[in-house]
Amino acid sequence: MIVCETTKSKMEAIRSQFPTEQALLLPLLHEIQRKEGWISEGAMSEAAAFLHLPLAKVKEVVTFYTMYNRKPVGKYHIQVCTNIACFLRGSDQILECFEKKLGISCGETTADRKFTLSEVECLAACGTAPVMQVNDDYHENLDLKACQAFIDQLS
Amino acid sequence: MSNLFLTTKEQIADTHTLDVYRSKLQGYKGLEKALTMAKEAVVEEVKKSNLRGRGGAGFPTGMKWSFMPKDPKHPDGTLKPKYLVCNADEGEPGTFKDRLLLNRYPHMLIEGMVVAAHGIGASRGWIYVRGEFCKEIEILQKALDEAYKSGYLGKNIMGKGFDFELSIYRGAGAYICGEETALLNSLEGKRGEPRLKPPFPAMVGAFGMPTCVNNVETFCAVVGIIRDGAEGFAKVGTERSGGTRLFCVSGHVEKPGVYELPLNISLSDLIAHCGGVKDGKKLKAVIPGGASAPMLTADEIDVAMDFDSLMKAGTMSGSGGVIVMDETVCIVEAAARLLKFYEHESCGQCSQCREGSHWLARLFHRLESGEGETKDLDTIARLCSNMAGQTICAFADAVTGPALSSLKKFRKEFEAHITQGCCPLKRPGQKSPHFLEHHNHVTL
Repeated sequence: MIVCETTKSKMEAIRSQFPTEQALLLPLLHEIQRKEGWISEGAMSEAAAFLHLPLAKVKEVVTFYTMYNRKPVGKYHIQVCTNIACFLRGSDQILECFEKKLGISCGETTADRKFTLSEVECLAACGTAPVMQVNDDYHENLDLKACQAFIDQLS
Repeated sequence: MSNLFLTTKEQIADTHTLDVYRSKLQGYKGLEKALTMAKEAVVEEVKKSNLRGRGGAGFPTGMKWSFMPKDPKHPDGTLKPKYLVCNADEGEPGTFKDRLLLNRYPHMLIEGMVVAAHGIGASRGWIYVRGEFCKEIEILQKALDEAYKSGYLGKNIMGKGFDFELSIYRGAGAYICGEETALLNSLEGKRGEPRLKPPFPAMVGAFGMPTCVNNVETFCAVVGIIRDGAEGFAKVGTERSGGTRLFCVSGHVEKPGVYELPLNISLSDLIAHCGGVKDGKKLKAVIPGGASAPMLTADEIDVAMDFDSLMKAGTMSGSGGVIVMDETVCIVEAAARLLKFYEHESCGQCSQCREGSHWLARLFHRLESGEGETKDLDTIARLCSNMAGQTICAFADAVTGPALSSLKKFRKEFEAHITQGCCPLKRPGQKSPHFLEHHNHVTL
């Protein structure tokens, strides 16, 4: 069971915050991803059953939002912002540095499933650009040295 | 009197806690006063302050509140609930002020929302926070818990007989959810696709009920307006744009960051305030109000940063995100980067926007890589005229902002790319390699 008893009770706890059951869909998907790391087809079916929604309603939501991973990601999901403010402060070099250091292209996961590298749009931290998000955490004012040290420390 | 309404001159530690917010920042004094005022008086005070929405459109806040129906009824005669929503889905490239407010002043947001809820008669609210803000959500949740425990939320708030429930809703990565009706759909657990208006959210909003949506900074500004009166706020800024705003300055300045300054400050003074252009380089262009605002050239920065002055200058104050570009920047490349963003974020509902943003991104990429033709420049203008004003929401208009302004103001640079077959600012063959991998060349 992906939508387990703990997940169910977490959803029950916030049910009264919303006039409809469907509003729980985004929180439920976040919870599934927190536990599983991604949203599988099976997870979508279980979410649909739990919220009494047609599977299509769940699928259309999962595919709309970029934060829901539709395939497994590595232990560390490195998301580099390459939007305008980060671009002006050298984000392309940051991304290139990660690609070289990890030996993968943007969008790929290392063979040991430790790192996934992604490019993301604006993270709303432009004053401390260039910026990346690794799992839940922001890393700001990046330079090449910091990126290399970051990987070395986790490898 | 200090001209700061949201931030403090010297940074105070732990302002995110209820203790410090109350002891150092007069926390919840505004709410205490608001709850002794009649609802209408609260709305009237906000109208008098000339506060305009800080999310992007700059709509007068008091007027927006006054659009909320007084006693909306279901067909069976029972009263409909009214809802209040905070748009904390900060995502306009170049904007990072709401993140600061959520980190440092979560209680100010809560206080502003309860004041607003009292003003419009809302019984429930949600703060829609962008999904990436994990730390901010944690801080905000702690603040909500504290506020509930201390009687600033829930039943019989501050013993004054007013009830208001408030919780967080976490987004999941979609720029378009910053558009208020897309946000409402997302809050209902659906795809974040903007709704056709009318009906406006004040009539049919979240879950079909009358709803008012405001930005984080707007709610925070309301606190001081109610606590200290509208006059002090209205006096700062211009006649039609009251107060200060949080300007987010990024790109090539010495000291990027969030600065609270009066709305009538000029763009040149703002850049000087941030230490000027980085490394003493020359200024080339500025985007004055978030990615969607048309660019200004270095000769156009003697303009006040209020809503009306920037509109007169052919651009917009938008979300307060000021992106500074120095002389080394290839404008074609910068614009291409922005258009790639819009292509990625178009929700796909309207064909003009879905197709238009896609082709614009391809055209700009082709021009940037030196493979463009002169006729591409006309195609850009034609595509834009088929997008602006033709769609359900303002996203398509936003796309044309950087596209048309960059082309109009830096046309020579576009032409140089075409005639030289490469970027004139870089060595031949030196292109952004990463960008190419994701956009294979296409012939239009």
